[in-house]
Amino acid sequence: MAGLLGKFKEGLSKTREGFVDKISNLVAGKREFDEVFFEELEEIFIQGDVGMATTLDIVGSLKRKVKEQKITETKDLYQVLEELIVELLGADSVLNVEGKPAVIMVVGVNGAGKTTTIGKLAYQYKEQGKKVLIAAGDTFRAGAIDQLEIWANRVGTQLIKHQEGSDPAAVAYDAVNAGRSRGADVVIIDTAGRLQNKANLMQELQKVHRIVSKELPGAPLEVLLVLDATTGQNAISQAKVFSEAVGVTGIALTKLDGTAKGGVVLGITHELNIPVKLIGIGEGIEDLRTFDGRTFAKALFTGEEE
Amino acid sequence: MAVFSGLAEKLQGTFKKLKGKGKLTETDVKQAMREVRLALLEADVNYKVVKNFVSKVQERAVGQEVFQSLTPGQQVIKIVNDELTQLMGGTQSSINLSSKPPTVVMMVGLQGAGKTTSAGKLAKVMKKQGRRPLLVAGDIYRPAAIKQLQILGEQIEIPVFAMGDKQNPVNIAKAALEHAKVHGNDLIIIDTAGRLHVDEKLMKELENIKANVQPTEILLVVDAMTGQDAVNVAEMFNEQLGLTGVVLTKLDGDTRGGAALSVKAVTGCPVKYVGLGEKLDALEAFHPDRMASRILGMGDVLSLIEKAQDNFDEEKAKELEKKIRQQQFTLEDFLDQLQQMKSMGPMEDILSMLPGVGNAKELKNLQVDEKELVRTEAIIQSMTDEERKKPEIINGSRKKRIATGSGTRVQDVNRILKQFAQAKKLMRQFAGADQSKLAKKMSKKSKKGGLGLPFFR
Repeated sequence: MAGLLGKFKEGLSKTREGFVDKISNLVAGKREFDEVFFEELEEIFIQGDVGMATTLDIVGSLKRKVKEQKITETKDLYQVLEELIVELLGADSVLNVEGKPAVIMVVGVNGAGKTTTIGKLAYQYKEQGKKVLIAAGDTFRAGAIDQLEIWANRVGTQLIKHQEGSDPAAVAYDAVNAGRSRGADVVIIDTAGRLQNKANLMQELQKVHRIVSKELPGAPLEVLLVLDATTGQNAISQAKVFSEAVGVTGIALTKLDGTAKGGVVLGITHELNIPVKLIGIGEGIEDLRTFDGRTFAKALFTGEEE
Repeated sequence: MAVFSGLAEKLQGTFKKLKGKGKLTETDVKQAMREVRLALLEADVNYKVVKNFVSKVQERAVGQEVFQSLTPGQQVIKIVNDELTQLMGGTQSSINLSSKPPTVVMMVGLQGAGKTTSAGKLAKVMKKQGRRPLLVAGDIYRPAAIKQLQILGEQIEIPVFAMGDKQNPVNIAKAALEHAKVHGNDLIIIDTAGRLHVDEKLMKELENIKANVQPTEILLVVDAMTGQDAVNVAEMFNEQLGLTGVVLTKLDGDTRGGAALSVKAVTGCPVKYVGLGEKLDALEAFHPDRMASRILGMGDVLSLIEKAQDNFDEEKAKELEKKIRQQQFTLEDFLDQLQQMKSMGPMEDILSMLPGVGNAKELKNLQVDEKELVRTEAIIQSMTDEERKKPEIINGSRKKRIATGSGTRVQDVNRILKQFAQAKKLMRQFAGADQSKLAKKMSKKSKKGGLGLPFFR
């Protein structure tokens, strides 16, 4: 467990440097927690892509608590801030893979990291001894099927694929049925990246979702939205529109290792209440983690010096 | 285009308040600037850039030029417009070509920004301009990246140089340059693997490629949806490689695109191209002035006209113009127009370029129904030649036949006929009084002839 926290910290170090370094710079030299201080704190949050509304909310709550509890020490301020963030993020929530087969549909905008996340996820389930089947549902982008096939070979899972340009719903249909007849534990369906304002592409996605739901009456279906952690406020629009279209059940936040941000997660959970379930913190096949709000907040707020 | 619409809307609301005032106080300006600041931040414009921008505008806005003006509100808008344009890079800039071909262009950026797709699109643009580009598959890390580029190359009929994923990208780039010299390619576009700006090893690799092939252009590909970090990414790449320009991708989404504002401000590198769709011709030159006026809701008539000229058949346009003048516009021409409109791209994009339409509230939730166009097409195609030329002969039974033939209802046929009548009426005015600003602008821009009338429901 200590090892996990360590790895987590390492991956998040950029995020932490962004947030915590700035906050500790801010509180360095023992200062009063006054209006100017809170304004500067707001700036830090905004620079972390947390978004205006969420920032005002968090800093507002913090302000209230500081006043109520007469906080003067930096350490206590951290504590309160950490609690606020844990509260916002919720503890943990994992992908439901109880079904037989359990189906995970992976959606998102172009370039978010869907295919890579699927590769890592498939590896994880494989390591747990599960039989995994992945479906090459991105029939649009050049080379997407090949990309997934390479991952399938690397991980050692079965792949269901059609030709480029074929109907993604048909691929999904085949995958679910193949999963059932071959006794797979988990079926992961890739979909083509699409910008959420393209109505016709969102309809296409709804069709895939409909077909899969129909094939799995009563069984849980996870719809995982893959989000690039470097995304700004548009991430909220992504989460909202994809949710409206196909009922997103969880978020995978990718590329968290490279960015000093990731704050948009706070905005999403604050405004839309969709849990973050996975985070991508590196290029390696093992660098996909279950998201845990408490660990995340802890990793954010406990520096190495402790 | 939905780009910036959120920002534009916000700013317009703010400016409306200013516009009406005969006199502005410092408080008015301050209040307006607060809203501008908020709007920009919500659009993901970098925090520091916003701070600078607002203080600059404020300084000018409380100065003499505004207070002595008769229309102070307008004056403030003008300042914001000027400064926005400045912020995005002033004038438009394009790809520099080397005096000693082949010109080498390197595409760099984070994972998933859209480098490979942009490389393909750029090659297509350059080919259209008479160059002989060679695409180079330098991404040996991402699975199937080479294959992706090869498929793109096939689609746009541009050769792709690849050496598989076992060779070092530096060697690939060097060999590609030699290959280009031998095969007469005057431009090579090197696709590189996506990498984090903090990845020292991979950044070093880019430096090595640069040192070996001496690119004329190093273009940073940036996802328009990037948040506050866009600036850090651009800064790091710029420090290590010396960027010459930026390609902003996925601008066809509903992002407010604040990255466009920040990147130039921080790195000094102009945005040269913007990616506006998944199709391979969806790469356009970036025009800061047009974008600024788009943000402020002043429309982008120039882009519209250029788009129209790109897509409209010149001969047909001339013929149409004649027909309009002689008032011989028929349903057949109407259908023609429709088909040409369709080739210009999604209706929303076109509509939002029109002054006063981009900011129309109704447009926000209006998804222009492309199916409606298909239906209209079917209706007209179900008419006989005679009916298309003389719609007045279409009586009840003909309507029924047309409706059955096109799989629609008689009401639909009626609606089309009514629309056609309206369009015809409009054209009569257009032909009569050639005063329209649009028409003037068009004829000034080229002697190609008319644009024809856009098809509005």
